[in-house]
Amino acid sequence: MPELTRTEPSKTGLLSVRNLKIEATSYPPGEPPKTVTLVEGVNFDVQKGKVLGLIGESGAGKSTIGLTALAYGRGGVRITGGEVRLNGQDLLQLDHAGIRKVRGAKVCYVAQSAAAAFNPAHRLGEQVIEATLKHGIMSRAEAEKRALYLFRVLGLPNPETFGERYPHQVSGGQLQRAMTAMALCPNPELIVFDEPTTALDVTTQIDVLAAIKHAIEETHTAAIYITHDLAVVAQITDDILVLRHGKMVEYGSVKQIIEAPKQDYTRALVNVRGTAREEAQDQSDTLLKVDNVTAGYSNGFKVLQNVSLHLPKGQTLAVVGESGSGKSTLARVITGLLPPQEGTVSFDGKPLPRALKGRKNEELRRIQMIYQMADTAMNPRQTVRNIIGRPLTFYFGLHGKQKTERVRELLDQIEMGEGFLDRFPAELSGGQKQRVAIARALAARPDLILCDEPTSALDPLVAEGILKLLLKLQDETQVSYMFITHDIAIVRAIADSVAVMHRGRLVRFGPKSMVLSPPFDDYTDLLLKSVPEMEIGWLEKVLKTRRMESAGN
Amino acid sequence: MTGGGSTRDPAATMAGVAGSDPQLSLAAGTDASTGNQSLNTATSNDQGALSPWGKFVRKSPLAALILQRLALSVGLLFAVSIMIFGGVEALPGDFATTYLGQSATPQAVANIRKDLGLDQPATTRYFQWLGGALQGDFGNSWASRNSVGEQIGRRLGNSLFLAFFAAIISIPLAIGLGMLAVQFRDRMVDKVINVISLAAISLPEFFVGYLLILFFAVQMGVATFPATVYDSMGLTERLSAIALPTATLVLVVLAHMMRMTRAAILNVMSSAYVETAELKGLSGLRIIARHAAPNAVAPVINVVALNLAYLVVGVVVVEVVFVYPGMGQYMVDAVTVRDMPVVQACGLIFAAFYIFLNMVADILAIVANPRLRHPR
Repeated sequence: MPELTRTEPSKTGLLSVRNLKIEATSYPPGEPPKTVTLVEGVNFDVQKGKVLGLIGESGAGKSTIGLTALAYGRGGVRITGGEVRLNGQDLLQLDHAGIRKVRGAKVCYVAQSAAAAFNPAHRLGEQVIEATLKHGIMSRAEAEKRALYLFRVLGLPNPETFGERYPHQVSGGQLQRAMTAMALCPNPELIVFDEPTTALDVTTQIDVLAAIKHAIEETHTAAIYITHDLAVVAQITDDILVLRHGKMVEYGSVKQIIEAPKQDYTRALVNVRGTAREEAQDQSDTLLKVDNVTAGYSNGFKVLQNVSLHLPKGQTLAVVGESGSGKSTLARVITGLLPPQEGTVSFDGKPLPRALKGRKNEELRRIQMIYQMADTAMNPRQTVRNIIGRPLTFYFGLHGKQKTERVRELLDQIEMGEGFLDRFPAELSGGQKQRVAIARALAARPDLILCDEPTSALDPLVAEGILKLLLKLQDETQVSYMFITHDIAIVRAIADSVAVMHRGRLVRFGPKSMVLSPPFDDYTDLLLKSVPEMEIGWLEKVLKTRRMESAGN
Repeated sequence: MTGGGSTRDPAATMAGVAGSDPQLSLAAGTDASTGNQSLNTATSNDQGALSPWGKFVRKSPLAALILQRLALSVGLLFAVSIMIFGGVEALPGDFATTYLGQSATPQAVANIRKDLGLDQPATTRYFQWLGGALQGDFGNSWASRNSVGEQIGRRLGNSLFLAFFAAIISIPLAIGLGMLAVQFRDRMVDKVINVISLAAISLPEFFVGYLLILFFAVQMGVATFPATVYDSMGLTERLSAIALPTATLVLVVLAHMMRMTRAAILNVMSSAYVETAELKGLSGLRIIARHAAPNAVAPVINVVALNLAYLVVGVVVVEVVFVYPGMGQYMVDAVTVRDMPVVQACGLIFAAFYIFLNMVADILAIVANPRLRHPR
């Protein structure tokens, strides 16, 4: 594909990667170890002061490629071929001491989870200036001055005293910014950002994104920005490299990739949020009614306060809000796991017993759940047949042939064949695991499925598949969904009615068309404006127009 | 054996050693994470109306936790004293009958019982004993009529002498070998260290003791046996006398500490912040000393303290094998003649050591946790 080498290796290039090949040794149980090629034939350049976005789904080799800029292979990964030239010098030819002089001085790294990447035993300030001091780039006084400057640029609260705090004393969004400050401190020529905003709340994400962008512009550092979210990368980079299975798919300017993608895969990524459905006109046939529910823990902390909402039969209610807003607690109250302190939950016209213990089997059967982390929600030592078959035995007393027959049907419904019957969860991909979890919920023939962020741990294209499946199943079985999410794009795609939650209270509730159209309250406004859109310049526009700061500040 | 926790449960130890996760093995012994839990409950319970204690917990959770540990230890010791006394009461056999042997007429037995105060109710005797013990007076031995406190003083010194040398050899050796095993992880050195230490921990200490005696004292004749020490002995003589029992103790406690050190450091070395340190271009030494060590300290302290406690308390068998005049042998002798004041005093002292060392480990682990040292 000749268009892949968009630019000839230029003389002004800061980093130039040619014919990169990365391998790892895998140890399948019971077989001899074998060498797996993770990345092959990757070429790209980063110019001084420019930002390159690496994009792809998990397993595409984004982080692995990003780390080659520091000549680092994570967990037994080996860079076996090609060259990585920084200012003309091939990093792969350097010895141990030589590469140490590059890391933390010329090239710095910002990890996805700053919470894990900061050492819990030391103060933030010390960690931020450590590399600068150890490489002898600045004196302690100069480094501290620069750290203070960076804390200011990144919009951290109380920049003068911020460095005296320990990692556990600040929020996730602040840690991510502190990590950026740590990377910028030694005045590096290149920074590798590895999904720096993925682990953050959607409203915090754009603040951190804006802070990173501002800091990059302010310090003229070049950067590689790794993410799976094309909309995010569109806000911050100059060029984009699309990767899949460790190979290049498309390489071009942001404008070309977003507006005129050449490859099918890139087109799919750009149009990933294509699912949309009209909301139901008639929302009167109530299945679930939550009436004035207040719930909390025995220490008196109220997680939910006076929440009232309802969900019609065969429809989808989306519950949105950032983490800590009480979304999942609402689901726990409905299932009876957390009995409400006040208020009632009625199902199909009858009030449900408050606690799980008081509920009959039939009542339990009609409400099922799907979780965010499918792999922790199923027993790793049971086969798919047993996982899906368990509710069949439990609720319907099915055994033997009948049970297997029904499991087959369910596997068909979730678009997986009977070949999966005897697989273990570990042998399934993330999307397949979530599908099995859906089948397990469906097996009980429920009237309501509570979906707790079932797609937020998945890659965009896989998530899209799960959403489509859920909609198809709703058409087939008339099941209702309460869909908990922090992603407004999903709400737009699948909801009939929407409930917006903020700090345990219901801020806004009604049919989707009403909730998502103005006039907005301040929080809904913030939430709606926090979802990155596939549009260049969107970030600046939003920061100008929104009315409320996110909770992460 | 009295003294509550003085036997080491090999199953628990092995479970702890086998897991590479230090949290898992912590659960087998003293546990820093329970400290966090009790802190949480303490804070959350007081969220409504803050009692003075609640305010104190808020302000300095560290001091509150340490106070909590201290109070808990005192309570525990008290409970142990009841258990020791009750256990000794429940022992079959009677001192008077054993003491008099053939000449045990009912009248003579009753006289001796009256003489020793055994005709009084158990609760009265318990409080008399506890009151004395609190003032450091453990009463007189029934058999020798000597003061128990004086006897124990000398014997405890001997036991501590033995335990001290076992500790100063085994702890640095264990931590050093642990680090070596990390450095050469999954290679030959690591495997050899693992196999040898596992073999040492799997053999019971009396067996290890007899093996050492067989080879070094009997066949090669380079070591002294029995390991009896006298007041008149000089330091070098003493050291040569305790060489074999010390070696036995070292072999027994080494593996546990070594494997825990290895697991704790490996766990920390695979953490994201060590990778961060590496990507900062820091030297290997600085990464281990500044970024890994502070976070591996807590589990290592715990296992070291546990083994120290074992060294002091678990010497009973080793002392008997080597005929070493320490606390353990004193206690075993006392049990055979039903000399209850001695048994009780030894039990209480062993328990106090055990509880004290575990408390120190707990407190050190709490202090090593920055989350508790610097609350939000």
